[in-house]
Amino acid sequence: MKLVKFCLLLALMVTFVGAVNVKAQDGGEGLTIGFSQIGSESAWRTSFTDAVKAEAEARGINLLFSDAQQQQENQIAAMRAWIAQGDVDAIILAPVVESGWDDVLQEAQDAGIPVVIVDRNVDSDPSLYVTRVSSDFVHEGRLAAAWLVQATSGQCNIVELQGTVGSAAANDRMAGFNEVIALFPGMQIIASETGDFVRAQGKQVMESFLSSEDPANICAVWAHNDDMAIGAIEAIKEAGLVPGQDILVVSVDAIPDIFDSLDAGEANATVELSPFMGGPAFDAVVATLNGEELPKWIPVAGKLYTNRADYDADHQ
Amino acid sequence: MVEMEKQVLTPVNENKSQKATNFKWRNIFRGDNRALWTILALIIILLADRMVSPTFFTVRMINGRLTGSLINTLDGAAPIILLSIGMTLVIATKGVDLSVGAVMAICAAVSAVLINRHEAGSDNILYYPGFVIAIAILVGALCGLWNGILVALFDIQPIIATLILMVAGRGIAQMITDGQSPTYTDETLAFMGQGTIFGMPFPVYVAIIALVVVYLLVRRTALGLLIESVGINAKASHYTGVNATVIKLFVYIISGICAAIAGLIVAGENTYADPHTAGMWSELDAIVAVVIGGTLLSGGRFSLVLSAMGALIIQSLRIGLYISDLHPNANLVVKAIVILLVLLLQSKEFKQAVGRLFKPVLKLRPVFK
Repeated sequence: MKLVKFCLLLALMVTFVGAVNVKAQDGGEGLTIGFSQIGSESAWRTSFTDAVKAEAEARGINLLFSDAQQQQENQIAAMRAWIAQGDVDAIILAPVVESGWDDVLQEAQDAGIPVVIVDRNVDSDPSLYVTRVSSDFVHEGRLAAAWLVQATSGQCNIVELQGTVGSAAANDRMAGFNEVIALFPGMQIIASETGDFVRAQGKQVMESFLSSEDPANICAVWAHNDDMAIGAIEAIKEAGLVPGQDILVVSVDAIPDIFDSLDAGEANATVELSPFMGGPAFDAVVATLNGEELPKWIPVAGKLYTNRADYDADHQ
Repeated sequence: MVEMEKQVLTPVNENKSQKATNFKWRNIFRGDNRALWTILALIIILLADRMVSPTFFTVRMINGRLTGSLINTLDGAAPIILLSIGMTLVIATKGVDLSVGAVMAICAAVSAVLINRHEAGSDNILYYPGFVIAIAILVGALCGLWNGILVALFDIQPIIATLILMVAGRGIAQMITDGQSPTYTDETLAFMGQGTIFGMPFPVYVAIIALVVVYLLVRRTALGLLIESVGINAKASHYTGVNATVIKLFVYIISGICAAIAGLIVAGENTYADPHTAGMWSELDAIVAVVIGGTLLSGGRFSLVLSAMGALIIQSLRIGLYISDLHPNANLVVKAIVILLVLLLQSKEFKQAVGRLFKPVLKLRPVFK
């Protein structure tokens, strides 16, 4: 009896939610969506913002953009304003920090405005938001390792340039990479140090590795981002070695500069950290407005590129 | 004016003669011989590096370029030495310049943007490498002048006055580069960071030349003395006719110029100017270098050479951490502990306490008398 009641209730809810939100189109045309972005602290962030704006325009979505300038208060204020005005169909939030979102997410939920988290995570209860769209850092690490394993037939002494200590990107890329190379006894990380995701520091750390280790013993450098890889390439050149040949270079991000190095043969492979999260986020908004159930995490996996032509072909 | 010079000079001279005539081992635990302890700390850290990596002192010549951890240390220390030169003078006047990292970013951005125009084919003579370097240094000097005006003319506390540019500077740099991180290929600007003369990296020469020039400037003239007098007692030096305003403007401008050159070096190393990260936290490195070098944050007596030693200590510590097998998570803690130990080595009170602890032992050993 209880089960029947429950099923009836569930069916009623589903019909109700579906009935209210029939207006959502496939691509989201005509929707008004608020997008609270962290700021513009890096070139990647800027291209992420641009990609979301372009995607919204292509879909005919009215995007309300708010730049929080690295302040959580600004993000909360913008969200409250959108909720109060009641003129947005959904909110996309790129949170600057993980904690402190419970109240404003609850307010949005009470107002019936779905929230999609993009990029960084929040530590709020998953029931407070629709889903989270973000890069799969572990996947990026696995992909880089898989390429290196294949390129070296599973025999390689690797030096690692880690990202900022404790950052999710550094931790997860490292975990994914190590997971794959653990399958191959010939693959070993012989030195590992943080370069803080910065080019100058990547160079300094690589210089140190080349001095403290026997350069002939280093088969590849695995950098958690392209900037550090480019710094390492400089260091390898200054040590009289040929980057890309004497020492393989594999990294993550696919920033424009790395493609110069890839095409010059100085770097070997990069995994894209996709700034194109707008599409999946808008899809999630449309799906939830249509009453569909979504998984709580929608990973955006980048591809691995070894030259500019392939990348350009994928991003026309 | 003359009287004041005498006043300041006399105790220093006495101290020197004392040290020279009756040197006692015991005095190491008592007296104020900063130089000895700073050099000792540097040697200990270098030896520790040698223990971590057997090849630390190995220097090889590859393609006309000296390579090895020791050379890396000197090369990497060059920008910190430059910053610490300016910072020493500023701190000696009881000030502090928090903006040097941001000024590095601004000047790196200026140089990259201007040289990009030259590379794009502009014939404007201002975009020629030599002029680009001069303009970047001029911009650094202007940044210093701005800090100096806030501190000297408007009497804003230095830590706040320079905080303004520290915070705004990265934004300015981003505006200059239009939010991008421009790269360039110009060889002259690249030489600033990557070039070598007789195998030694060019930044090392720049740091040494800057050190010698500023040293001569402040120690072969009364300038150094005036800077110290402003730091010790601004009011008293004002009454003796020292123009504190000009002195303060001067030290902040020097600091800005040093930061500009450091910015050019850092940009040249990677032929790339990143407004977001260039010179990040380097103001803290510079301040720590100055403090390790024994200059008090409360102003007064300063030593440029010891500040440079401080910079070398910081960099050899950093390189040591890079080549160690230590997990990067531990870096900051180890760094903090080592710097604390270096500062304790220099603390008179700490050494006296240690001295008291070993007093019975010292009495038994006549060698130490």
